[in-house]
Amino acid sequence: MNRRQRSDAIVVGAGIVGAACAAALIDDGWRVTIVDRAFASAGTTSVGMGHVVVMDDSPEQLALTAYSERLWRDLAPELDVRSEHDPCGTLWVAEDAAQLDAVRTKHSVYADAGVVSEMLDEHGLREAEPNLHHGLVGALRVPGDSVVYPPGVTMRLLAQAQARGASLREGVEVCEVLPNAVRCDGETLHAEVIVNATGASAAELTPGLPIVPRKGHLAITDRYPGFCRHQLVELGYLTSAHVMTTESVAFNLQPRRTGQMLIGSSRELVGWDPSINHAVLGRMLGRATEFVPRICDLSIIRCWTGFRPATPDKLPLIGPWDPTPGLWIAAGHEGLGITMSLGTARLLADQIAGRATEIDASPFMPTRVIDATVEEHS
Amino acid sequence: MSASIELVVNGRTVTALEGSTVATALINASELGFRASPQDDVRAPLCGMGICYECRVTIDGLAHQRACMTRVRAGMNVVTAVLK
Repeated sequence: MNRRQRSDAIVVGAGIVGAACAAALIDDGWRVTIVDRAFASAGTTSVGMGHVVVMDDSPEQLALTAYSERLWRDLAPELDVRSEHDPCGTLWVAEDAAQLDAVRTKHSVYADAGVVSEMLDEHGLREAEPNLHHGLVGALRVPGDSVVYPPGVTMRLLAQAQARGASLREGVEVCEVLPNAVRCDGETLHAEVIVNATGASAAELTPGLPIVPRKGHLAITDRYPGFCRHQLVELGYLTSAHVMTTESVAFNLQPRRTGQMLIGSSRELVGWDPSINHAVLGRMLGRATEFVPRICDLSIIRCWTGFRPATPDKLPLIGPWDPTPGLWIAAGHEGLGITMSLGTARLLADQIAGRATEIDASPFMPTRVIDATVEEHS
Repeated sequence: MSASIELVVNGRTVTALEGSTVATALINASELGFRASPQDDVRAPLCGMGICYECRVTIDGLAHQRACMTRVRAGMNVVTAVLK
């Protein structure tokens, strides 16, 4: 480890992925500097729901989310009150018999992956969540899922890294990544390892990365403790997330520790326009009232938008970026950046150290993009 | 002169003039703790015109109703953060 103690690593982007990578690299003895052009958690980290969730859109996604959730379970006892950790679990809600069949399939897929879940019938669902619409036929309960406040966790990870010698430089913009160096405003920082963890903006720094901003809306209510007990997600959410349509909404309701209800979700491909799209917001809230009619009685105090770092194959990019010596990518997590942050950091640190990874890292290799481009042109 | 009606405040029956606001009824009934802040500080009407949200109470089971913007109705059930 002596060699590493003298080696520098620069993490660009102080969102939750960058913070987790910094913490993992510190563990390996790297001298870590985290730079962010704004401040910690200024980007997507501060505008999402903070749902730590296992998802099975693909076997690779299931592997990384399940791996990450295990790491979250290990981290949970260390989280402070500002992280607002709430082990509330998720209910995947089925609207009809066909969806209930899909829920059964999901149950067995999760079991095969070692993820605990249980089927709820109509009666069990009503007992678990009395405010859900009574026509719903059942749900899959995933008790290991949880909710956190992502900026709180990010601050925690950064503080832990800083306590062990990492330096955080906010308001420093990296203009260009060079071989084993980054050029900032007026200075060049040299490092053996550079990590691009700039989320939805990652392609600005590394042209060629297929990451685009996928806009979402959220609304938060006043405090209604006990209004719902689990994070509630419609089974159709995966379809909304998977299909790269220009616009979609899906019911997703999250109880916060404060008693507030966070209402989602929407997806749009409209570039970086942060304005509220009232038509989409209306459809999103309308979808929520279909599942939870009493939501109409709640007072919404704020609505906002944010941008998910979306990739064409719905998987993040984690690994070396071969065209630039020393450059590693940890970006492109779409709507699962909070969940996947811990698994991403471990996969990245293991690869940098040349260790075997605990799950197969090959599906997340950034080079798959380069390989695809080569195939297209050959 | 408006007619008197009865409403229930924290389980106690009080009278109020028809057409008055819940805020007025509560103050006349000496119920001065309207809502509790997240830190459990007791709050009461400040602006009296629907802007500050300090006068929120639970009316007929529905939380966060502004007392200053809601008129009393006969039989209304109001729950406040009781003044400690």
